[in-house]
Amino acid sequence: MSTQPHIITLTIDGRELSATVDDSILTIARQHKIDIPTLCFLEGLSTWGACRLCLVEIEGTPKLLSACTTKCVENMVVKTDTERLKQHRKMIIELLFAERNHICSVCVSNGACELQSLAQECGVDHVSVPYRYPSLQLDSSHDLFRLDNNRCILCTRCVRVCDEIEGAHTWDVAGRGIDAHVLTDLNTLWGDSESCTSCGKCVQVCPTGALVQKGTAVAEMHKQREFLPYLTKMRRNHP
Amino acid sequence: MPRTITIDPVTRIEGHARITIKLDDAGKVDDALFHVTQFRGFEKFCEGRPFPEMPSLTARTCGICPVSHLMAASKACDSLMAVEIPPVGAKLRKVMNYAQMTQSHALSFFHLSSPDMLLGWDAEPAKRNVLGVMVEFPELARDGIRLRQIGQTIIAILGKKKIHPAWMVPGGVNSSLTADKRDDILRMAEEGLDIAQRTLTWFETQLPAFSEEADHFGNFPSLFLGLVSAEGKLEHYDGFLRVKDHTGKIIEDMVPTDNYQDIVGEAVESFSYMKFPYYKPMGYPKGMYRVGPLARLNLCDSCGTPLADEALLRFRQIQQGPVLSSFHYHYARLIEIVHALERINELLRESDILSEHVRARARGNRRRGIGIAEAPRGTLIHDYHIDEHCLMTKANLIIATGHNNLAMNQGVKQVAQHWVDGNKLQEHMLNRVEAVIRCYDPCLSCATHALGKMPLHIQLLDTQGKVMDELTRS
Ligand code: SF4
Ligand code: FES
Repeated sequence: MSTQPHIITLTIDGRELSATVDDSILTIARQHKIDIPTLCFLEGLSTWGACRLCLVEIEGTPKLLSACTTKCVENMVVKTDTERLKQHRKMIIELLFAERNHICSVCVSNGACELQSLAQECGVDHVSVPYRYPSLQLDSSHDLFRLDNNRCILCTRCVRVCDEIEGAHTWDVAGRGIDAHVLTDLNTLWGDSESCTSCGKCVQVCPTGALVQKGTAVAEMHKQREFLPYLTKMRRNHP
Repeated sequence: MPRTITIDPVTRIEGHARITIKLDDAGKVDDALFHVTQFRGFEKFCEGRPFPEMPSLTARTCGICPVSHLMAASKACDSLMAVEIPPVGAKLRKVMNYAQMTQSHALSFFHLSSPDMLLGWDAEPAKRNVLGVMVEFPELARDGIRLRQIGQTIIAILGKKKIHPAWMVPGGVNSSLTADKRDDILRMAEEGLDIAQRTLTWFETQLPAFSEEADHFGNFPSLFLGLVSAEGKLEHYDGFLRVKDHTGKIIEDMVPTDNYQDIVGEAVESFSYMKFPYYKPMGYPKGMYRVGPLARLNLCDSCGTPLADEALLRFRQIQQGPVLSSFHYHYARLIEIVHALERINELLRESDILSEHVRARARGNRRRGIGIAEAPRGTLIHDYHIDEHCLMTKANLIIATGHNNLAMNQGVKQVAQHWVDGNKLQEHMLNRVEAVIRCYDPCLSCATHALGKMPLHIQLLDTQGKVMDELTRS
């Protein structure tokens, strides 16, 4: 049996590209510097497909599909940059802003936030739906870190990194729909969590100011994510 | 017929206000009230937030004096952390505060108040503004604009932003100063000092022409409250609280800022959203005091810088004991600009000013932290409480304009009594009523931490309080 991966050809934005059947559309697009916005996706973690920012159009399919979870198929024709997609992305970002209390000007992640920079890239200059202004708690009980649910977009990066990389599985998502929220040790205060190793990976992967290091003032929280692809690669090579 | 005259809204102040003048049967002024018709819930939405956010959060109370809030808030956070901030961190904060003083006082004097003084209180309202000044007195207008720009540019150099810089942080500042930035600031401070001196000299020659205004613009005995240094000098950042009475007697001295509640009480009145702080030992409303430039110059033994001290001597010639007329807030403001620029010059020439050790780090180690500093408009108090996880449980802010609330009401009444005659309502009377408010350079959006604007409301009342006429504008 051949171990050679099966090579196929597909078209993204008019460019003919080759891929294996295991590659996602996002992977191939990124390899060829075709920009598709993402939020929940993070290189080095399993894909989740929750944020829907990476939606693309695929010829012959009426539905929009997420580029991070959709695998490449022979002769597939993908469009990543249509007016319809732009409108969808804008709307998704507006809904994220309206859902919780994202107040950039007083946020420690101001200027280094993925939600904020995506909003800028996608041209979100106002939010057309009413803000919900929910009243949400902060968990500041951990010695080093803080969770601010007001800024969480439920991307589950923290949940995944903690489970898949650190192996602690401190984080989970509780509740459904609008009530969904992340929590530690099945609803124990983070500071009292027995599984948390205080490694801080969740903080580094969090795209917004939801998980932050304590002692940072406004606009001072800059996250480091370079460690992630490195760690996953090392694990793959040394199982 | 007894009636109420309402001036609504007062122009050229920051925020929204309304003045009501009550006339008696003879058409003479019976009472005058200064209402602040804006309500903000700032203290409320701080609750539950991590304390290090407070500097930026409270700086949003105001686009005019954000630096002052940054400073008082940072100081309150220093106190929560129970740290001593590195000396150069404190010096750099002071430089920014002096730059703020310069730009804010320049705005008040040149942009907001000089139109009255230069073009006359009776000039046509359409022309009585900074553009009018530009036409008639181009040099002075240019000076004013440049001076404000110098203050703002210094803030921007330090904080990388003109408004709402996030550079002042709990524990100090978040970046040190480089030699070329220092030199840029020094050059600008020198240029600014020339302008400030020139304006001060001009203002002093003009003083005799304003004697009627000086006599009746909030010219009354009151207490004065503010910070002085441990040596009793003019102080805007550290120091202790001092209270003087109208005769010049010091009745409180070297009160540690943490004990401010021993001397300051806060009352509430139904006609205004702004609180009424008063000097506690004398009770309300007897304990009326004034804060701000006039108070600071009345309180200090000296300014501690050569040019400002020379000017202070001349200022004190105005009368024996403290200068009581609120008109002289303007004079005091100009002297403070001179002082601020002299101090920037001194601080930046200190040998350690480029040190990179500008920040101390710590958690919240105390449950309560109080930060008091002198904002351009007067003493600014931030008083924070946090829980065991360093989240805010309570914030009390007493803003400079708030301290002056009682005195502003008193000032309005005095002006109204002198200039307003109910039977002959003329533009110039109303202008002076407004102008007395501007002496205090009130910043009402700060003082009420407003959430929104109330519709403007004009009422005409007779002696029984019956509404004779009413006008509402949304
Ligand atoms: S806390 Fe951060 S990483 Fe975790 S789900 Fe929310 S936004 Fe994503
Ligand atoms: S990045 Fe693909 S769904 Fe979030």
